[in-house]
Amino acid sequence: MTAQVYDAAVVGGGLVGSAIAWGLTRQGLAVALLDEGDVAFRASRGNFALVWVQGKGDGQPAYTRWTRFSAAEWPRLRDALGEATGIETELHQPGGVHLCFSDAEIEERLALLERLRQGAGNHGYEYRLIQGSELADMLPGIGPKVIGATWTPYDGHVNSLKLLHALHRAFVSAGGRYLPNARIAAATARPHDFRLGTPSGEILASRVVLAAGLGNRALAPLFGLAAPVVPNKGQVLVTERARQILPLPTTFIRQTGEGTIMLGDSKEDAGFDLSQSPDVMATIAARAVASFPWLADLNIVRAWSALRVMSADGFPIYEQSRTCPGAFVANCHSGVTLAAAHAFALAPMIAEGELDPMLAPFTAARFDVPAAA
Amino acid sequence: MFRLRPEARATVRVSVDGREVALPEGASAAAAVLAAGLAAIRETPVSGAKRLPYCMMGVCFDCLAEIDGVPNRQACMVEVREGMTIRPQRGARAIETDAE
Repeated sequence: MTAQVYDAAVVGGGLVGSAIAWGLTRQGLAVALLDEGDVAFRASRGNFALVWVQGKGDGQPAYTRWTRFSAAEWPRLRDALGEATGIETELHQPGGVHLCFSDAEIEERLALLERLRQGAGNHGYEYRLIQGSELADMLPGIGPKVIGATWTPYDGHVNSLKLLHALHRAFVSAGGRYLPNARIAAATARPHDFRLGTPSGEILASRVVLAAGLGNRALAPLFGLAAPVVPNKGQVLVTERARQILPLPTTFIRQTGEGTIMLGDSKEDAGFDLSQSPDVMATIAARAVASFPWLADLNIVRAWSALRVMSADGFPIYEQSRTCPGAFVANCHSGVTLAAAHAFALAPMIAEGELDPMLAPFTAARFDVPAAA
Repeated sequence: MFRLRPEARATVRVSVDGREVALPEGASAAAAVLAAGLAAIRETPVSGAKRLPYCMMGVCFDCLAEIDGVPNRQACMVEVREGMTIRPQRGARAIETDAE
């Protein structure tokens, strides 16, 4: 089998990889997108589909800015994908709220948002506490246990499965080559010269982008990179379809364009275990019913779990290999929110061969803390 | 299109969209919908397409109906009871927010 030659090989066909791969084809590169197969963990198919800014970037203003930038570019992403594929990603960005159940929670939340506002400096960071009748008017049937909600104008949600579908379609229609079942079996890396052994044959490329989520952990060292990410399990419950009632998404409850209501946001460090557990599902349901008592009347029709791709500080990892320039790593747990930034900003940097200094805070070197003597 | 088997003892009377039908004990509400000869028991929430019971085993959700006042029930998973009222499910269910 003769080797296939590309300008770039993107490893990982989820939201992060397909957004970057599509972005690279938009830069005129010949790109192969290598997708592992059905054994992959596929966080992209289990996520909660928020385009979310509120609360992100505590201690790292660069992450707040990157997230804000992507959320602001999302309408452009929707339009470009719609034009290229005819797929409507159902972006709805009316702002978002985080529900609070106690004075202490409100105080903590406001302190967080104030830190983020100060970190944002001249970029500004708008937020507001909403209570009482204003809250009742904003969120129909909000429960009496919710004593306040913090609101930011930047947030929204999409249909993330349609987003993934649209990115794949747009990538292929722009001339990209999608390779399914292309798990990397072997790799050799030299500066700007990469050979990837896959079941579909050998792939040669002058750039390689590791966007394999949790798989990056094992792949990165082959290219002189590091991707210390670990799984964090989230479970999601989905109700039957109901007429539109929730005008805006919250951090753990949102109504989809088709009318189902998704309940989520559990967090468990459970390794690579994808099982669902009744106690966590009950906790999710109880919090949802405390938020909106009318949810108790709805049937749950689906439930699943998925693994978030988490770094130790929760921020993304973006880096070019020093020993093998041309190799890049891209890891994050917000593949939906950051899809626009990945397609419109990160991909051009990779095509150019250099990451912008704005991404310097996201190298994996920040995790290299010498052990105490 | 659907008839009861000749040996069936149809003893349970239910109402399907205003039509009285009798079914054997243990039959499902979806069977009652088919026996009543309705053209559709629901209209889908997204496109408004008409649907009748299809898989009869709890998988396809095409038999969603309002049964005794509860919307969006899978009629194939509910046994008929004397006096049961089965009504079409038109689109997504409404939500009553003043429940509490």
